[in-house]
Amino acid sequence: MSPISHGADWDFELLERYNTAIAQVAAEHGLETYPNQIEVITSEQMLDAYATSGLPIGYPHWSYGKEFIRNEQAYRRGMQGLAYEIVINSNPCIAYLMEENTMATQALVIAHACYGHNSFFKGNHLFQQWTAADAILDYLVFARRYVMACEERHGAVAVEEVLDACHALMSHGVDRYRRPAALSLRVEAARLAERESHRERNFNDLWRTLPENTPGPAPDSRACFPGEPQENILYFVEKYSPKLEPWQRELVRIVRKLAQYFYPQAQTKLMNEGWATFWHYTILNRLHEQGLVDDGFMLEFLKSHTNVVAQPSFDSRAYSGLNPYALGFAMFADLRRICERPDAEDREWFPELAGSDWHRTLDFAMRNFKDESFVAQYLSPRLIREFHLFAVADHRSEETLRVDSIHDDRGYRRVRRLLARQYAQELRVPDVQIVRYDRDGDRSLTLRHVRHRGRPLTDAADQVVAHLRRLWGLAVRLETWENDALVGDVLECPA
Amino acid sequence: MHHLIDRRPNGRGKSAVNRERFLRRYKVQVQDAVKKMIGERRLADMERGGEVRVPKKDISEPSFGFGRGGDREFVLPGNREYVAGDRIPRPDGGSAGGHGSEGGDAEGEDSFVFSLSREEFMQIFFDDLELPNLARTELGRSERRKSVRAGFTKTGTPASLAVIRTLTQSLGRRIALRAGLGREGGVLEAEFAVAVAAGQADQAALVYAELERVERRRAALPFLDEMDLRYRNRVWRPEPIARAVMFCLMDVSASMDENKKDLAKRFFTLLYLFLTRKYGEVDLIFIRHTDDAEEVDEDTFFHDTRTGGTVVLSALELADKIRGERYAHGWNVYAAQASDGDAFGADPARSARFLRERLLPATRYYTYLELADPQTYEHVSTLWAEFERVAEAAGNFAMRRAAQREHIYPVFRGLFRKETQ
Repeated sequence: MSPISHGADWDFELLERYNTAIAQVAAEHGLETYPNQIEVITSEQMLDAYATSGLPIGYPHWSYGKEFIRNEQAYRRGMQGLAYEIVINSNPCIAYLMEENTMATQALVIAHACYGHNSFFKGNHLFQQWTAADAILDYLVFARRYVMACEERHGAVAVEEVLDACHALMSHGVDRYRRPAALSLRVEAARLAERESHRERNFNDLWRTLPENTPGPAPDSRACFPGEPQENILYFVEKYSPKLEPWQRELVRIVRKLAQYFYPQAQTKLMNEGWATFWHYTILNRLHEQGLVDDGFMLEFLKSHTNVVAQPSFDSRAYSGLNPYALGFAMFADLRRICERPDAEDREWFPELAGSDWHRTLDFAMRNFKDESFVAQYLSPRLIREFHLFAVADHRSEETLRVDSIHDDRGYRRVRRLLARQYAQELRVPDVQIVRYDRDGDRSLTLRHVRHRGRPLTDAADQVVAHLRRLWGLAVRLETWENDALVGDVLECPA
Repeated sequence: MHHLIDRRPNGRGKSAVNRERFLRRYKVQVQDAVKKMIGERRLADMERGGEVRVPKKDISEPSFGFGRGGDREFVLPGNREYVAGDRIPRPDGGSAGGHGSEGGDAEGEDSFVFSLSREEFMQIFFDDLELPNLARTELGRSERRKSVRAGFTKTGTPASLAVIRTLTQSLGRRIALRAGLGREGGVLEAEFAVAVAAGQADQAALVYAELERVERRRAALPFLDEMDLRYRNRVWRPEPIARAVMFCLMDVSASMDENKKDLAKRFFTLLYLFLTRKYGEVDLIFIRHTDDAEEVDEDTFFHDTRTGGTVVLSALELADKIRGERYAHGWNVYAAQASDGDAFGADPARSARFLRERLLPATRYYTYLELADPQTYEHVSTLWAEFERVAEAAGNFAMRRAAQREHIYPVFRGLFRKETQ
């Protein structure tokens, strides 16, 4: 077959043809995707999109302005390039392409975003469970209208105050575990009736003759609400805050919903980017095999690709953490290698994967894991060697840092475990939960930070508590506990 | 299934509202930054944007996060020489060697820098400065609009019919239409002549009938058609709400050194910039004086040197004369005087009296800036003492002292602070 196009210029017809070709390859590999909506935008529009975390519609807030100014400034000075694309987890899946991109880049972006990310959004269990791709755009429109209506009615300052406070607690406004759906009144009544009939059926007069139990002291109802610690602080505020107006509650809810929407993305960054990078690499190489793209295209593509998957070492100036594109891509590519060309080490480490069908193995990995478990499950010793990964221990009792383990036989498992833990949500976001709401007393709220291994909160904690106090309307205090003992000072914001 | 959409025409600026909110929220910091810029800048390039730095801690958005301390392990890529058990000294500043996944704040700057556009800069510059006594003029902020001629239109009222333009159109139309019919007539006439000469009677009759039809059409061409009508068009245009004249008076005697002149220039330019924002039209009159006063152009005013004594009164008299001759009616008169305050003999007292009796009643606002030496800042001149008495009595007179460039802006703000009276 002859190449679809030559040279760097693109037009809409070419985009269409590339998209068709890429879709065909993606279908060969069995990628399931939402329908695609590809939108071409300018770099200025890209900057706009950056400011609102890529969401096409956002409610007005100064922090987005700050984000916009920061990006714009960095971009204008050439300190930061713009991403080639932004893709939104929605149905249809919206992908933004920048008009400045060359044809090769556009094709790369289409393969990466519209088939890689898109299929991840559709397949991964976290996205399945936590986000409603069909409804997010409508919800954003609603949120924007609602916030603006509130501003009109209650003043921009009042709205800003609530939103600021909510943003401070955004990381603690997500449900990490599915809660059972609330029972409808009808089901509730049916249950009650059933319990009643059960009692009637099992009525036995004999019970009456038993000596009466002397009741102990009535449990202190004040001490035990909520019955269990609540990790979703925003949810608790929304439901129980004694002082919030209904519109303020709705604002809390909006921020909470957005936090929940972004929650899976934070947990699957490595996998998501790795998956998308793996697929753009696989798809475009396939197009080249088929002769649909020329060598110039491939050279340009490979240059972009290598830039994306570069991993600077920890002591280089370019280092800014582990590159999720690099590690993610390497892991998926390695997984395919283990399936297709396993060596003795792979057989020892991954006996069930070695030699299996790579499509099924990768698909399973994509669907059922998050970064933490993905690393724990699939990081191979070979990759640890390739990335020269090593673990450093930073303990407060020691003067210096200590190299904990490196890429050797003794270290593989430990490095893998530590890296997996590094991706774990609970090690990124401190464990702060609501333990007591003094419902019958002064209605104060008590939070508990459960400290692990002596890692303290930042100084910003008192500001966050002050924000929470603003939402709650009455006294709020934050205790720090470690090993079931109160440690440190109690941060308190009086009523 | 897919859609391709070109969003480029949608335009940018989705973030404008958020940006504006950000500026509003950090108004105080932005204002401080602007103030500082004004202190540092040359007047010639005052009217442009600038950079604002806001301390990062002021704009941070707090959230619960892990601070330094405690026990942890992190994984890094790119090991070259380390083996398990090696000791590494703790890097300073924390982020250099550590932070496996959370090394996001690599920028390491402690302030957040961004640019203000020219408009934003000037807006903040003039923020909450209100021209004194402006409330008293009925013009106030309300813009007066004036109907002005703006070409011609095809529709309008008979009263605004533009006769000459209409007739020009009519003439043009008649020439254009007649030419065609004329050519047609000429051809037919020739055919008729041929037919007659050839004795073809019915053919001649046919051509003649055709010829007659053309003649009829020619005769029926109207002198004036509806399409010829042209009307004078008028549009409403905002009229300069008022005109203002600004008198710049400066002592250029030998005691006024370059530094003082520089200060004076800043003072005048700021006032001018401000007036141009309030008035559609601002005239500038430069009067310099030593022992006698003369009106000069801007360049001479600021750069030419002259020697001589100091008679303040001469400048005041000249200003009053010019005002009486050229700006007697329909002008808002502002005057700004800069001097080092040296005046001798009876001059201060006479100047003060002239100011009080003649000039002040006719001006909207009069500002006096005394340029003091930094060394003798405390020392008050004779002129200052006399003028102080004027200031007590008059509401539209303000005076300030300045010795350094940084003093100018506060002076300016003080002079034109939003009036509460």
